Amino acid sequence: MIYLAIVKIAFRALKRNKMRTVLTMLGIIIGVGAVIAMVALGRGAKAQVAARIAALGQNTLMIFSGSINRGGVFSGFGGAGTLTIEDALAIENEVPGVAAVSPEARFSGQLMFGNNNWSTEGRGEGVDYLSIRQWEIADGAMFTDADVRSAAKVCILGKTTADKLFPSMDPVGQTIRIKNVPMKVLGVLKAKGVSMMGSDQDDVVIAPYTTAMKRLAGVTTLRTINVQVASAGEIAEAQNGITELLRQRHRIQPGRDDDFFIRNPQEFLEAQNAAAETMTALLAGIAGVSLLVGGIGIMNIMLVSVTERTREIGIRMAVGARGRDILLQFLIEAVTLSSIGGLLGIGLGVGGAQMLTALKNWATQVSLDSVIIAFIFSAAVGIFFGFYPARKASQLDPIDALRYE
Amino acid sequence: MVIKLQDVHKIYHTGEVDVHAVRGVSLEINKGEFVALMGASGSGKSTMMNVLGCLDRPSKGSYFLDGVDASKLDRDDLADIRNKKIGFVFQGFNLLARTSALENVELPMLYARQRIDGDTQRNRALKALEIVGLSDRADHTPNQLSGGQQQRVAIARGLANEPALLLADEPTGNLDTRTSIEIMGVFQKLNDQGITIVMVTHELDIAQYTKRMVVMRDGKIVSDTPVAKRLIAENELNRLQAEQKAAQLTG
Repeated sequence: MIYLAIVKIAFRALKRNKMRTVLTMLGIIIGVGAVIAMVALGRGAKAQVAARIAALGQNTLMIFSGSINRGGVFSGFGGAGTLTIEDALAIENEVPGVAAVSPEARFSGQLMFGNNNWSTEGRGEGVDYLSIRQWEIADGAMFTDADVRSAAKVCILGKTTADKLFPSMDPVGQTIRIKNVPMKVLGVLKAKGVSMMGSDQDDVVIAPYTTAMKRLAGVTTLRTINVQVASAGEIAEAQNGITELLRQRHRIQPGRDDDFFIRNPQEFLEAQNAAAETMTALLAGIAGVSLLVGGIGIMNIMLVSVTERTREIGIRMAVGARGRDILLQFLIEAVTLSSIGGLLGIGLGVGGAQMLTALKNWATQVSLDSVIIAFIFSAAVGIFFGFYPARKASQLDPIDALRYE
Repeated sequence: MVIKLQDVHKIYHTGEVDVHAVRGVSLEINKGEFVALMGASGSGKSTMMNVLGCLDRPSKGSYFLDGVDASKLDRDDLADIRNKKIGFVFQGFNLLARTSALENVELPMLYARQRIDGDTQRNRALKALEIVGLSDRADHTPNQLSGGQQQRVAIARGLANEPALLLADEPTGNLDTRTSIEIMGVFQKLNDQGITIVMVTHELDIAQYTKRMVVMRDGKIVSDTPVAKRLIAENELNRLQAEQKAAQLTG
């Protein structure tokens, strides 16, 4: 028998019951659409996390001063004030694998220029800070080692801060005031966007850490030491080296707790990444269940169809159709149902994902492989759920089938 | 010889009781014969029909159809034999609904083991429809055709693969007298062209159009005689017409 003819027969049978065909397909359409949209959503979330990892800078460690407990009241991290500039220098010089270090102190205060003023997060950093964070200057230049040594009254501005203070002019070369200290703006940073916590990373002013400590915050200890490790493989080693060095420098007895702690932001993001992956798997799983239900719908309709068309099967067998021909006819019908449903479902899924992005601003990423897999899976659903009814049809006895009313 | 049955038995195992539907039938039918297989219901003629049509295998005995032993074939081979050597005509026509007459006639060619290309299928189907006098109805679906026309389509379908045997099961059972005679006329015409026909019927007047009557009772052949006063469909139709005219004139 010519396969083309079987396909034609299958199509004709599907066309005959248009409403039923469409309703049966709907199960697959929704199932495939849901799988594709959900996977796109999961991939989008993952891509976002990946972008954040890149934004953090590669292979970075952050060392925080520990918290302090005064009469049962804990200060926040950094409250102990145990990290010093010397600690930072020692880490840079003595710990193997450490590529760059930027001591960090925070300050706050109103930034003023002319009639404009803006309250932002002030950071005192080393000259390597930008390279550690993989951040670039858009305009002007970063301060230098000499500025750090002399606690020069200079700063660079984040994009947001620059826009607020200088709505209509170039900030580079201007002098702003922070806590009445005149600070010369050396440069403006490139926009970095929203952090993983949702804060605007560009709403910032960065000064040399020496300036921040002496002139702006009036502190003698560091809040944080930012460290960049040469390669991902050396992170653990560097972390151990830093711990050892700081315990030694801070004269902490064995068995006592550290008065600092080291955070590896990649770990945090990787956990977020894993969460995104779990979420994707969960959503895809739920969507997969609806695909399964769609498949059961196909099986149901095919069983009804076989019963309804028992006489037709009998006629075909009487004129010489083998069981295999009948099997193929119904199988092709089921696969046609499911794969056309799959194609429409792909359309729905892609459209749905784009709608989520357009309406809800959720990141989505439709990938070719998920589309291909969804299509193959929907065809497989047709084969799997179509096989039993088709087999049932093919095993009918021609005499009984012909007599069937 | 087209059909040779030797001591054919058919026993159905239904539950606890075995039904012995055919009890030792031997029969030979030659090429070009036109045989009526008769009998009351329960006589075993339907079972015989199924065996002759290769829809079922005998429990015992052998069945040679056109030189092939059909009593020991499996399902697939039986399907092939039906396809190649037998044309079926049923009481209920058994055409595919919502499918044109032409496509119905093409159906057996679709399942031919030796592929037949689309054009040949179409030409052969048209020729078969022409033989039964329906070439102008090729595009009609069964529900657009009268009972007699549907049965003609079914006969054309039976002829499609040029079978050795045309097997008809109560072909006039659903038709009125006039249409029945017309259908018998088609059969007689085909038989005149050399086609072997076996027709199962319980109507004696229909059997009169055949050449040989085989009567079964209780699973056995009780008589096998040539038809003495054979009716010719053409004459009968003319007579019927004359009668109707006379009735109109007198009425």
